[in-house]
Amino acid sequence: MNRIFSVLVENRAGVLCKVAGLFSRRCFNIDSLAVGETDDTAVSCMTIVSTGTTQTLEQIEKQLNKKLDVIKIKTFEEHQAVSRELMLIKVKYNKNNRREIMETCEVMKAEIVDMSKNMMMLQICDTPEKIKLMISMLAQVSIVEVARTGTLALPKCMESDN
Amino acid sequence: MNGADAIIKCLEEEGVQFVFGYPGVAICPFYNSILNSDINSVLIRTEQNAAHAASGLARVTGRPGVCAVTSGPGATNLITGVATAFADSIPLICITGQVNSELIGSDVFQEADITGAVESFVKYSYLIKDAKEIPRIFKEAFYIANSGRKGPVLIDVPFDIQQQELKSFRYPEEVKLRTYKPTVNGNALQIKKVIKELEKAKKPLICAGGGVLLGEAKEELKVLVEEYQIPVVSTMMGIGVLPTRHPYYYGMVGNNGCPCANRAMREADLIMMVGARVADRAVNQPEIITKDKVLIHIDVDPAEIGKNAGATIPIVGDVKHIFADFLEYEIDGIYDSWINTLNQYRTELRPVRNPNPEYVDPAEFIRYLSERMKDDAIYVADVGQNQIWSCAHHIVKGGRFLTSGGMGTMGYSIPAAMGAKIADSKKQVIAVCGDGSFQMSMMELATMQQHHVPVKIIVLRNNYLGMVRQYQHFTYKDNYSVVALDGSPDLEKIAAAYGIKFERVLNMNKYEQAIDRFLANDESYLMECMVDPMDLV
Repeated sequence: MNRIFSVLVENRAGVLCKVAGLFSRRCFNIDSLAVGETDDTAVSCMTIVSTGTTQTLEQIEKQLNKKLDVIKIKTFEEHQAVSRELMLIKVKYNKNNRREIMETCEVMKAEIVDMSKNMMMLQICDTPEKIKLMISMLAQVSIVEVARTGTLALPKCMESDN
Repeated sequence: MNGADAIIKCLEEEGVQFVFGYPGVAICPFYNSILNSDINSVLIRTEQNAAHAASGLARVTGRPGVCAVTSGPGATNLITGVATAFADSIPLICITGQVNSELIGSDVFQEADITGAVESFVKYSYLIKDAKEIPRIFKEAFYIANSGRKGPVLIDVPFDIQQQELKSFRYPEEVKLRTYKPTVNGNALQIKKVIKELEKAKKPLICAGGGVLLGEAKEELKVLVEEYQIPVVSTMMGIGVLPTRHPYYYGMVGNNGCPCANRAMREADLIMMVGARVADRAVNQPEIITKDKVLIHIDVDPAEIGKNAGATIPIVGDVKHIFADFLEYEIDGIYDSWINTLNQYRTELRPVRNPNPEYVDPAEFIRYLSERMKDDAIYVADVGQNQIWSCAHHIVKGGRFLTSGGMGTMGYSIPAAMGAKIADSKKQVIAVCGDGSFQMSMMELATMQQHHVPVKIIVLRNNYLGMVRQYQHFTYKDNYSVVALDGSPDLEKIAAAYGIKFERVLNMNKYEQAIDRFLANDESYLMECMVDPMDLV
């Protein structure tokens, strides 16, 4: 089972290490991890995607809660959230495949953000599945390097939100 | 006032009387400031034992034990002691010196990333970056260590921070931690559900762990048990929750537990696990406590509930409060026939030993020893066969039974006994170890002598790492590998070298008189008992 943990933590040195260390020590999976400051500079938000049995996922939440630098945890399944990932991907091109790459970009709603005579850098911001699809599409061309943020997610807007 | 003075002031504010440690340059400002205080420093002979001694003190006083060591190897040597305390939820404050702030990360002499290294063995850790933070950090550290699920907190203090001048000092009255609020009161609905289940149950059983002792709920447990006539078993860490001969106490559960207690666990229709982790040595298969049973799991740490066994009714909170809540209710359960069955098991299921008359029988020896010990004595068992014999045969009257349960750290008994004796000098404190564990901590005989801590030590000597030998006997068909303790010293000479009284007991001939002499004496005393090398627990 797949689960997203949105973990608010104290924005302090060493906190990422403590959280990541907890996952490795207890053999919990990290499929993806993204960290950034929130609107409050003293608080960071870690978005962690993990897989495991219901019992393991429950333990992840409980063990995270034990960490004194963890302020709050929200957990949700993928369908309950809006998930996005940003990817920068550099590909080699030539006049034969340039058109094809640009068409792929258009279909996938990616942008060309940098270019040289034989390389271009594309940017795509979409769901993790679309990112995977984009990679597989471009694998047929020639991928030079890839950088991904990991999944960012927030639970969907509800009436009860205030 | 400098940072080191501020630290000492914090310790004074917390009522600390003893600090166990070992100096080095990086912690020297601290050890200089402590001279201006009434706090006594105890020079331990290796840092690991500073943590064990602090653990012994903490378990007797109910307050965090404090140790202070230097940077680098001083700090890393402490780790096993910290991990031992963490596994048994013992509150410690570990102060480590650190190299100058601006040198951190440059691998200078005696630099170690101690906060990184102990991360998985501490409840929390701090690296102080400004001496102004000292009062807040110490206030928080003592609170964190000794509240909720207790445990060690490490504070790493760079040399320059200890020397940094402070204009003022104010010890905070309150702790403000937005991320840490341990649950105290159990959920009222859950408590009602427990009462209902208890009324339905025919064969209820309380399995008490170390959490009952840490939560200082011994009295409440006794009242609860006597009021509602519910039988009790304990884990190793829970030994002492009730006197061994209490009519409703049926012994220790688990791999090395007593058959009667294990039978009770199997046959009960309701088990109330209290302050116990349901770890493998106590409950080797979770089905034992879940299948066809109501499992009530009470723990202050929500992560323990459901970790190893799914509970029917989980209750998170402080055990003392929860027991008090139970006592608000009248429970109409009648468990007479269950108690009769258990009483029958208690008499029938006694393991039979065939002791070799040429040696001391540890079972008989420990039974007589504990009969003769004072009612409130503290018995500290080490790790190995000696521990299992101690668990099985020591009779707790009203005192304490201390041992390293979770981590099973050999060498725990002597320093922990020292810590216990220092904490309460009027109590009779006896450490029981094997010849393997004794040799892991025998350097502390010097500490005992230097600081006049009259601990009594019994070494059950069989010239083997007995527990491992026993394992190799069963698992590897007597193919012994690296378990013979040949080359061990003559303990009589060791005792003489440290100026400690000594007696050797060869067999069961007049062993009672030897024990009486041992206990009558107020000084440190080392007693060596020759145990059959092939004896099994």
